[in-house]
Amino acid sequence: MRLRVTVMLRQGVLDPQGEAVRHALGALGFTGVRSVRQGKVIDLELSDTDPEAALARGREMCEKLLANTVIERYEVEIL
Amino acid sequence: MRAGVVVFPGSNCDRDLARAFRRAGARVEMLWHKEAALPPGLDVIGIPGGFSFGDYLRCGAIAARAPLMRAVAEYAGRGGHVIGICNGFQVMLEAGMLPGALMRNAGLKFVCRTVTLEVATDRGFPGEAYGKGREIRLPVAHHDGSYQADGETLDRLEGEGRVAFRYRGNPNGSARNIAGILSENGRVLGMMPHPERAVDPLQGGTDGAALFAALFAAAAAEPALRPA
Repeated sequence: MRLRVTVMLRQGVLDPQGEAVRHALGALGFTGVRSVRQGKVIDLELSDTDPEAALARGREMCEKLLANTVIERYEVEIL
Repeated sequence: MRAGVVVFPGSNCDRDLARAFRRAGARVEMLWHKEAALPPGLDVIGIPGGFSFGDYLRCGAIAARAPLMRAVAEYAGRGGHVIGICNGFQVMLEAGMLPGALMRNAGLKFVCRTVTLEVATDRGFPGEAYGKGREIRLPVAHHDGSYQADGETLDRLEGEGRVAFRYRGNPNGSARNIAGILSENGRVLGMMPHPERAVDPLQGGTDGAALFAALFAAAAAEPALRPA
């Protein structure tokens, strides 16, 4: 079973890298880019066969390692 | 006094820290991250700077889950003195030993220079070392040193005298200019600047030496409880 974990900075947490990308896009002539937020995508291949159990394990992995919940939020989906 | 310095793959300030500890009069043991237990009888533990595990995932994230870090957190829990510097501070936050997070510098640049700090507390060994309000000069060298926490946490840290150091002129975008913080009991310090790089005149400054002297004095006066 394949899982995709998406980790993004929480709303309100300043993302200086996203800001730098936004400026660079502006310099390339892409107007109207109001906001850029940068995050991580982590794909996992699990031996689980039960989707619910796999999702629960994925969320536990996020809580324990994959995300820093002080500043990040995460989503787990089955691919 | 006996001190331990934690070593991860990618630590690169471990020997500098060991040297600063020795200079303050301690015998030093290097502690490999895979060990599950600490040697008995340590008075101080240091978590050094560097790039543990190549900064993979997040700075300090993988190191914080190393077997030895569980023992270090347990040691802090029974009143042991611990200092985490730069990457060591990042590891401490990732391990939940101190609140908040360190993020990419606001200016996106790696900042490597000597900065002026204000000693912002009279508590713990930083307060003992310098006294509140004193200005000191220490080097910083980091890419991810922007300290962030929610407003409530920042208020609590300030209210409890747990902001140890503030930057004069913020090099990285840290909330409220915070450069280092203390635990509730004042015995665990995490800081981004490098006191171990300022203990000998050859390094260009000696303002860090007093911090190590005060650390060992505090550890002698208030040792950790024995393991249960």
